[in-house]
Amino acid sequence: MIEIKGLTKKYGNKPVVSDVSLSIQPKAITSFIGPNGAGKSTLLSMVSRLIDADTGEVLLDKQNVKNWKSNEFAKRVSILRQSNFLNVRLTVRELVSFGRYPYSRGRLTPEDEQYVDQAIEYMNLKEIEDKFLDQLSGGQKQRAFIAMVIAQDTEYILLDEPLNNLDMKHSVQIMKILRKLVDELNKTVVIVLHDINFASVYSDYIVALKDGKVVKNGPTEEIINSESLREIYDMNIPVQEQNGCRICVYFNSHT
Amino acid sequence: MRNNVVKLIILAIIAIICILLYGFYDIKGGFDYAFPRRMMRVGAMVITGFAIAYSTVIFQTITHNRILTPSIMGIDSMYEVVQTLIFFFAGSASIWVVNQYLNFFAALVAMIIFAILLYRTLFRADKYPIYLLLLIGMIIGTFLGSSVSFLQVLIDPVEYLSLQNVLFASFIKIKVQLLLVASIILISAFIIGFRMLHQLDVATLGRDNAINLGVNYDRLVMNVLILASVLIATSTALVGPITFFGLIVANLSYQFFVTYKHSVLILGAGLIGVIALVGGQFIVEHIFEMKTTLSVIINFIGGIYFIYLLLKESRAQG
Repeated sequence: MIEIKGLTKKYGNKPVVSDVSLSIQPKAITSFIGPNGAGKSTLLSMVSRLIDADTGEVLLDKQNVKNWKSNEFAKRVSILRQSNFLNVRLTVRELVSFGRYPYSRGRLTPEDEQYVDQAIEYMNLKEIEDKFLDQLSGGQKQRAFIAMVIAQDTEYILLDEPLNNLDMKHSVQIMKILRKLVDELNKTVVIVLHDINFASVYSDYIVALKDGKVVKNGPTEEIINSESLREIYDMNIPVQEQNGCRICVYFNSHT
Repeated sequence: MRNNVVKLIILAIIAIICILLYGFYDIKGGFDYAFPRRMMRVGAMVITGFAIAYSTVIFQTITHNRILTPSIMGIDSMYEVVQTLIFFFAGSASIWVVNQYLNFFAALVAMIIFAILLYRTLFRADKYPIYLLLLIGMIIGTFLGSSVSFLQVLIDPVEYLSLQNVLFASFIKIKVQLLLVASIILISAFIIGFRMLHQLDVATLGRDNAINLGVNYDRLVMNVLILASVLIATSTALVGPITFFGLIVANLSYQFFVTYKHSVLILGAGLIGVIALVGGQFIVEHIFEMKTTLSVIINFIGGIYFIYLLLKESRAQG
């Protein structure tokens, strides 16, 4: 169980995240949405101990994230940021194997190899597992990094805009895989999304941030309606139902 | 993987050939006199070759930059400062110069204290990026270098000549008594550093991914900076400063071994270092007949290679 209590982060005098409290629902997909600069990525980075909060705390199983041993925490919670620049040549398989580091400290056991195989299978990377990352397209590279996180086999998977720079086909592919992770493997996924329709169609819960504060927090169907969306984005966004999916039609909206 | 093992073995064989060639070539007269002296120099070259290769590779991993060397932090400048101050105030006949242990430890302690002060005051990975630390180190290094040149202008010309001897890296007049002490320090540093190697493999993926995988990244960076400083300081105190050497061997190793594994990269860079030093020294002694020094050749080739790397990196960026 991850609980966030009164989390605040300032850059200079400007609060990026101010006094955010919420709990992450287990075994579900929670999406963080909101306009640019709302503090979504910063919040996710604090939850995953990549950056320190100024005040407030993040609790994993009632224990402050800062007090967790880094290695033990890495077996429970994984995080993937959006920019992953490497200046070394790695094959897909080598990258995915890094996901086992918290368990094996660099020496893979046969059991670790099994997890790596499964993760590669899961992300459909079998054919390209021996290719170098710099030979791959953006979508393939992104899938390889997600495979690393899957091999890490954590209860919580946090992803910061994993659909960035991906085309529609690959975006749908990745969201479907995340859905499978939750439905089949009982993972908890927290994801920062830019495209509100992906949040609407695939997530169970939505947390909407604006100016560093939580403005909406609840099950997806309570958030995806014109009224709430106006509060979040200051836009008039009609919502249409299509095959049971609620689609926000914001392309020609009047502000 | 197998491929890399073969490459390492080939490098090791070349290194041994270089050492044997240097040890036995053209020994005239007193074998008993010349051979142990040559082996002493070889020992110094092997140990400094590895120390510089090791420190450069680990330093480049945590800075994510392949054209930096630990000397950017001004550790070598600190060496020049200590030596110049000694010659300026105490003179070349003083105990600080004559007693080699004293000279060695004075320089070593000053360099390490300098490095640790720099990190302790400046290193807050959460607040400042590591580049700020490097930039400030560079500025302090330049400042120290300029102050030292000022003192060198004032110094007695004869004293200055003997000072210059100390400031140029040389394996010929290696301080034999110091070799043992330096070896002990360096080998223990190698062993301590050995436990960090697999964490450095993960650090290749960048700070965020390394933390995700359970590496205490900020502590790792601090440990690497201190370890690199100890290695550089010890090898500098032993043979003098060699600027470009680490850059060459580290980058040759990256090109030769396509891997993220630091155990392979460091071993490879170290062996290349031994080949370059011992082979280079052989060429200096037997082909140039001592008309030049090894550090001049290293800086000359290193400078050219550095320009090549800069051009290559800028092409990769653009």
